[in-house]
Amino acid sequence: MSALLKTVNLERTFGAVTAATDINVELNSGEIVGVIGSNGAGKTTFINMVTGYIQPSGGDILVRGESIIGKSPREVSLAGVGRSFQVAQLFQELTVLDNMLIAFGFSVDRKLSFLNPLRSAEKIEKAQAVLREYEIEQYTDEVVSTLPQGVRKLLDIAMAMLSNPGLMLLDEPTSGVAIEDKFTLMDTVMAAVRKSDAATMFVEHDMEVVLRYADRVLAFYDGRVLADGPTQKVLSDPKVQELVVGHHLDLSDSAPATTKESGHA
Amino acid sequence: MKQLIAILVDGSVYASWLFIISAGLTLIYGVMRILNMSHGSFYALGAYSGAAMVGWYFSTGSVPWFSFVALIGAALVAGITVGLLVERGLLRFMYGRDEVVMILVTYAVLLIMEDAIKLIWGVEPYFAYQPYTMLGRTKFAGLSFANYDFMLIGVSILIGLALWYGLNRTRNGKLLRVVIHDREIAGALGINVSRIFTITFLIGAGIGALAGALTAPGLSVVPGMGIEVIVLAFAVVVIGGLGSISGALVGALIVGMARATAVHLYPEVELFVIYAVMGLVLAFRPQGLFAVANARKI
Amino acid sequence: MKTKSLALLFILGLAILAGGLLLPQWMSYLFTIAMGKGLVVLGLVLLMRAGLVSFGQGLYYCVGAYVAGMLTQFAEVTDILLILLASISVSVVIAAIIGLLLCRYREIFFAMFSMAFSMILYGLLVRMQVLGSTDGFNVANPSLLGWAPGPEGASDLVLAVAVFLVVSLGILAWRYLNSLSGYAGEAVRENEIRLEYLGGSVFKVVYVKYIIAAALAAIGGTVTALVSGHVDPEMAYWTTSGEFVFIALMGGTAHVAAPIIAAVLFEALRTYAFAVAPYTWQMILGFALLAIILFMPSGLWSLVERFQNKKARKTT
Repeated sequence: MSALLKTVNLERTFGAVTAATDINVELNSGEIVGVIGSNGAGKTTFINMVTGYIQPSGGDILVRGESIIGKSPREVSLAGVGRSFQVAQLFQELTVLDNMLIAFGFSVDRKLSFLNPLRSAEKIEKAQAVLREYEIEQYTDEVVSTLPQGVRKLLDIAMAMLSNPGLMLLDEPTSGVAIEDKFTLMDTVMAAVRKSDAATMFVEHDMEVVLRYADRVLAFYDGRVLADGPTQKVLSDPKVQELVVGHHLDLSDSAPATTKESGHA
Repeated sequence: MKQLIAILVDGSVYASWLFIISAGLTLIYGVMRILNMSHGSFYALGAYSGAAMVGWYFSTGSVPWFSFVALIGAALVAGITVGLLVERGLLRFMYGRDEVVMILVTYAVLLIMEDAIKLIWGVEPYFAYQPYTMLGRTKFAGLSFANYDFMLIGVSILIGLALWYGLNRTRNGKLLRVVIHDREIAGALGINVSRIFTITFLIGAGIGALAGALTAPGLSVVPGMGIEVIVLAFAVVVIGGLGSISGALVGALIVGMARATAVHLYPEVELFVIYAVMGLVLAFRPQGLFAVANARKI
Repeated sequence: MKTKSLALLFILGLAILAGGLLLPQWMSYLFTIAMGKGLVVLGLVLLMRAGLVSFGQGLYYCVGAYVAGMLTQFAEVTDILLILLASISVSVVIAAIIGLLLCRYREIFFAMFSMAFSMILYGLLVRMQVLGSTDGFNVANPSLLGWAPGPEGASDLVLAVAVFLVVSLGILAWRYLNSLSGYAGEAVRENEIRLEYLGGSVFKVVYVKYIIAAALAAIGGTVTALVSGHVDPEMAYWTTSGEFVFIALMGGTAHVAAPIIAAVLFEALRTYAFAVAPYTWQMILGFALLAIILFMPSGLWSLVERFQNKKARKTT
């Protein structure tokens, strides 16, 4: 059986700058991988390549054994790859409900109906169920641009998860979210991800978040994968601590990576 | 052979004319991100004020050669005055708005200026042929060309050089290029963006009026003349890439030659060919020949 | 609420029809012209809801008008239904081709390229001697299913058809705007990246809207040609398209009735201004446009909404 995601010698240059090189990563269903690295280390470039937003300069990306090189974001998303964004990408001037209904229409129903009302009772019920699951139901009728960053991030992820993508890439899900809300947000998201059994990658700067939710860590440094392995092992690697984390990590009193902390839920 | 020379000369003349018209349009867009629909009205304003002034000048019986000063002087004064009025009185309150909104705003300015011109100069055509006939004609290769048209080529080269020098060799020009390149950085560097905008708009409006004045002697000045040039100027500018002066030059040459070829060989497709060229360029290079594509950041 | 506004639209249609038939000839003529333009603007509003302003709807307006003119004059087809069918088909084919190029563009590029395409048609028509060059040519009186009402009744027939079209297409457009396809427009306007990552095709959304808008503009052009009995290249000139943009901004994009009402107001205003001060009409338009942009960005319909909100506050 081929891996869900496999990249082969993936490379991307911008003019004279090499943003990513020599990236060989494999990912299987159910895995939850934290992606770490300082700014400019190649994390977002990697995610952008895997989701078709930018094309690699060299190498190959295989999703379920099939190359996605040359495919547009739309085609990649139809191949079962979902993503969320560092800055939530939403329909800003529409309500949360309308955002969700449009997302349902395009990613689940996949039928561009011309005359059936979008806001039918049945569709609204379905959308609200999802909003409930992500704990943002109270914002149903609010216009997105008026909402706090954390809510937008959740909505962004909820919309991307609707089609049950086999592979989900979260680009800094907790950036811009208040420290005290980070774990609540991640608990909600991880619960949804685990339920769907998607392979998940999330880019994260906060090592506590990585420690708590990732089974495995990819550490990027200078456009390369510096380390790839179980969370504890990678984070205790002195090279990773020096070049990526920037300080010594004390791993002894952290919760084991795979168990979900209930205190914040 | 004769036809080829005719096409080349006519093409160059037409290209020069196009370049003068579109230089102001592309400059204003490059700096201010405003596609100035009223550019054509400044062209008409220049033509009317120039023609009216030339008519008055000759009625006084003064030295004919100074009619050029009257023609150009009147157009520049009118163009810059109205430009100042439009920029200070209206546009500056709109900066930062969506580019499409700015199209609508300048479209409103165009509508107002069109009627204002009719109210001032009436609807009867104006003629200012004297500067045109005064320069005489040159014959070569069995063809006869108006010397005025050659002068037009000269003037457009002068304008091109002046813009190039202004943008590349003067302090203000360098500041202008910073603004074109990145407005936020320009603001952060302490460049007075608002002042740069005013100056740019005045230069653009001035060149637009100048283009009108230079055109006036060659044809009759009639209502609605400004409306026709804006679409043409846009086609030229977009071929080279909106906001690029060298792009406007190349666009003007391509359109000028294409039109001259059409006029001499297939006159019925004259207007069509201009847009066909534009369509072709855009089908293969959506940003125009010179502009750099910029992707949206996520 | 929604059924109420639907009923409102229907009553409005009946009122216009009854009023139009009772009113003096010149007024019902204006009404019919306004209905025609209202349909063009309805199409434009669909595009504007997707964030796209077309300065070239005159292209399809003119196509619809010329198809009507050519059929009645050169093919001796006068049946209004056949004429409508033909102008819709022709405009859809043209839009399907031009749309392939145009629908990749946004904002000012969409606006200006659509304008350029309408100028191509204008450029071709002014050079065509067969079609009367800049003067255009006359359109014969229409008939309906074999019934030819003659010169007097023809304008009433066109009025009735126009009102029927406005009401039925208005209802269709209203349902369309409330469907996924309709909302897809707002989605494109707000965030194309998100739409693509949801698996939606932004190009397809825009393309379909462009074609629908073209068909509506062609229908409007046909109505105008049949009631005025004359067509000329001016219909494709970009100032005609500019007028449509003006009406669209005047009405706003909030409701399908807005473009129709705005078109009626526009025609009334124009007739009045032309009579009082012929050389200041464009100037009036210009100042009105500035006022709308500055003070009423969502158009006249925002007045209706303000009124509704006030009422809603009172009742709660």
